[in-house]
Amino acid sequence: MAEKKPRIEDRIFDLDECMPRDRLTELQIDRLNRAIERARHVPFYADRLKNVGEIKSLDDVKRLPFTTKQDLRDGYPLDFMAIRRDEIARIHGSSGTTGQMTFVPYSRRDMDNWGNLCARFLSSGGLKPKMLVQVSFGYGLFTGGFGLHYGIERIGAAVIPAAAGNSERQLAILRDIQPDALVCTPGYALNLAEILQAEGITLPHLKVGFFGAEPWTDEMRARIEDELGLFATDNYGLSEVIGPGVSGECPWRHGMHINEDHFLVECLDPETLEPVKPGEKGEIVLTTLTKEGMPVIRYRTRDISNLNPEPCPCGRTGVRMGRVTGRSDDMLVIRGVNVYPTQIEEALLRIREAAPHYEIEVTRPGALDVATVRVEMLPGMFSASMKEMVALRDRIVQAISSITGIRMEVELVAPQTLQRFLGKARRVTDRRAKDEDKQ
Amino acid sequence: MKIHQIAIFMENKPGHLMGICRTLAGAGVSITTLSLADTQQYGILRLITESWEKARAVLDKAGYVVNITEVLAVEVVDKPGGLLQVLEIIGGGDINIEYMYAFTFRHGEKAVMVFRFNDPDKAIALLSNAGVKVLDGVTLFNGMN
Repeated sequence: MAEKKPRIEDRIFDLDECMPRDRLTELQIDRLNRAIERARHVPFYADRLKNVGEIKSLDDVKRLPFTTKQDLRDGYPLDFMAIRRDEIARIHGSSGTTGQMTFVPYSRRDMDNWGNLCARFLSSGGLKPKMLVQVSFGYGLFTGGFGLHYGIERIGAAVIPAAAGNSERQLAILRDIQPDALVCTPGYALNLAEILQAEGITLPHLKVGFFGAEPWTDEMRARIEDELGLFATDNYGLSEVIGPGVSGECPWRHGMHINEDHFLVECLDPETLEPVKPGEKGEIVLTTLTKEGMPVIRYRTRDISNLNPEPCPCGRTGVRMGRVTGRSDDMLVIRGVNVYPTQIEEALLRIREAAPHYEIEVTRPGALDVATVRVEMLPGMFSASMKEMVALRDRIVQAISSITGIRMEVELVAPQTLQRFLGKARRVTDRRAKDEDKQ
Repeated sequence: MKIHQIAIFMENKPGHLMGICRTLAGAGVSITTLSLADTQQYGILRLITESWEKARAVLDKAGYVVNITEVLAVEVVDKPGGLLQVLEIIGGGDINIEYMYAFTFRHGEKAVMVFRFNDPDKAIALLSNAGVKVLDGVTLFNGMN
């Protein structure tokens, strides 16, 4: 749903956001060539870029190699780093266990760019200097908290680093400090709104909200805005590329402007890897143009979205990316956390040498996602003692939580009762879209 | 002194118990006694049968998850305070009862109960010393007939 007219004053943070397209293309080609040179410090790329000469037009991007999440995992811990150890200013990481985690090093300049990129979408979503912002995103290896934090400071607003979780504390801050802006996942915003309503707390100061890290819908946005009385914008990013700051909405809210001066974007058919027609759905593929610590070339995000190249009334020239509507792999985003079904398998392997058959169901009965893992019983797992059975279930819950970082419901079911699929196992049922229709 | 209990994992779904009984009936296995522990999602069916090995084999084959546990069949005087007497002996030895259930028949003038103790050997020693009879399989199933 496009806004007819923005409800907030638009403040363009960085004039580079409005760079004419021809100049932007020139800049991209220039930066891409320099990015390729930096990437040659990484053995993975040195090998694959051997026969790649100078990039003369953006069409030449086709000649560049792709990078997948698995490539990054194989490069554990820092094989993709293109700077010296003493040039590292920060290391973030993506969720996962030791074996699956990926570390992302940043240089000083990367940190500086990151703050600027986050400031861009914060400013376009209505954040002004001197506002008070409650950041209810996780701080730590996760990029969400810190990225937003730097963007807020860059604008000259004040941060309340509430971090994720502990709703009671979050509510106390909202009620007693009365911030002007809120940063969290959309699901968490709805959850807070429900509690606020139940407790009769009003937040007259709250004006703007920045919600990301998980997919949401226009209906959810309408509810959040209605219940919290704020103007809500969406933003997008991923830790492998930089974190938040890849793209964000302007006040017209018809897609998220990609910061194309820092990221080269393609929208490809995930099967053929050929570009889709403008506006059509495809996988978002990103190349970092300025990143020094860990440059990535044609990184396959697996996020399915679309690109809208039409000029935007706001004046920003960055192409607009639609909402992420799905994945071209089996990754799930549950309460803002990335989860792969293989992580569940890993957890079950801690319980038993041969993992039992399982399935995952994700629902959204209220505002928050609920993930349920159903596990088929195997002879070695079963005990006649109820105490031991309850302990078994708790152990599975614990193992899943320590590997994925989130708590899931675990149900034990009889053998051969879960559906079997020939070939590629379809272990995930996502009912969230349907649940939302019902609300 | 110990007898074998067969436990079967059950889903809380209509027809599940019937399937188990049909499997046992088809193999000519007679259930002497049983108990059912349930949660919202699943149940544990525990049963005693003379032909436990055969029962295990047919249930395994039918795809059920089966577990064999050693339990004690203890004679209990069938009058007020009968069970209390047994519990006092056990309690004195710091032994924990994980679960228990009853047989439907009497052994002479006594009732018989199935106990799962956390330390079955210690329980046998304590009960025998106190003059409480712990029945072995042969005595138990002979008494039935």
